[in-house]
Amino acid sequence: MSEFLLTTADLSCERDGRMLFSDLHITLSAGECLQVMGPNGSGKSTLLRCVAGLFPDFDGTVDAQPALYLGHKLGISLLLSAEENLRWYQGLAGQAAPVAEVLERVGMAGYERVVCQRLSAGQQRRVGLARLLICNSPLWLLDEPLTALDEAGHRLVTGLITDHLASGGGAFCATHQPLSVPQAGTLELGMSN
Amino acid sequence: MGMIAVPTATSAPRLFWSQFQRELVSVVRSKEEALNPLLFLFLAISLFALGAGGDPEVLQNIAPAIIWVLVLLANMMSLEGLFRRDYEDGTLEQLILLAEPGFVPVLAKIAAQWCVSGLAMTLLAPIAGLILFLPSTVLPTLMITLLLGTPALSLLGAVGAALTVGLRRGGVLLAILVLPLYVPVLIFGSSAVIQHMDGIGTQAQIYWLLAITMISITLAPFLVHAALKISVEQ
Repeated sequence: MSEFLLTTADLSCERDGRMLFSDLHITLSAGECLQVMGPNGSGKSTLLRCVAGLFPDFDGTVDAQPALYLGHKLGISLLLSAEENLRWYQGLAGQAAPVAEVLERVGMAGYERVVCQRLSAGQQRRVGLARLLICNSPLWLLDEPLTALDEAGHRLVTGLITDHLASGGGAFCATHQPLSVPQAGTLELGMSN
Repeated sequence: MGMIAVPTATSAPRLFWSQFQRELVSVVRSKEEALNPLLFLFLAISLFALGAGGDPEVLQNIAPAIIWVLVLLANMMSLEGLFRRDYEDGTLEQLILLAEPGFVPVLAKIAAQWCVSGLAMTLLAPIAGLILFLPSTVLPTLMITLLLGTPALSLLGAVGAALTVGLRRGGVLLAILVLPLYVPVLIFGSSAVIQHMDGIGTQAQIYWLLAITMISITLAPFLVHAALKISVEQ
């Protein structure tokens, strides 16, 4: 295991004839948060998908610790309740984090048994955030984690990230609004073009 | 939230069972989707019975072919949605990223799909047979061939469903990909029933169906997993 949670070397990606980013050297250690900023279409999501292993069409190398990816698609089945969704993740990741406690942490106490289809967009997002606590991966890859969330939701996201960093994790996050997290660095995409 | 731990691999049976339960709960919550192919099967069979003017002679002779062809089509209908919802809500990419070994939940998904399509059709086959005036002595053979053949349909069809899940209108492409693979199952399945009606032994066909299913169960889960990986990587 390397000392870094994430290292990339000479990472370049071209999509539809456009160079999204080239020669990126990123290192992320335990306790650090790196925010990727940039206008729409500048390649933030693609960069995160490259790191997550969901976009193989890049040049260079990516070396990442076990990561948890939370993208635009939440990874929440709308036919299942919040509790059933998280139990499924427990089954996948082989973790036994207490589901009720985790749902309370993300402000979904009282909605455990409600089928996710009936929840609001912000509530569905909170269930998605609960996955982060269930799977317990050292590296979090978050694509626009603030989407659809209210003020309290924004505080929840920064709180979750702060706690995660304090316990030795790292976060790599694409966002439009800077997050008020300690030890946060910023990577700007889309400046060259 | 305590110490960071590297996720530990979960045991394969637990992984299978967790996924299988999830699929069954999803089926119960979207009953129409599971019932539609069965409804189609019986509607089409009734139409054949009406179209042939209710002539037992005519119907009896082509009943095995009608039932098997409609089972193929109904099964394909139910396969189209096998990965679609998971693809759209993002649980599919999480499954590909997190599950270790990845083919286990894939196999569980296919097993659950078979329970609500192939197995259900096998259990309902006697009714279909009676509508088409199939002699009741042939019904056990019909059921055995369906029981042994339909798992292969689900497994082979899942490969096509996995390849086409990312396409907007994958339905026709799925049929073109999958129906040729279904042909051996169709041939052995319906010929076993026809031969039984003619008083000839059916062991050979039944062994062939079993062999096809065994080969499918060995290879398909890996192929489906690989195809799904290609589909989510974009």
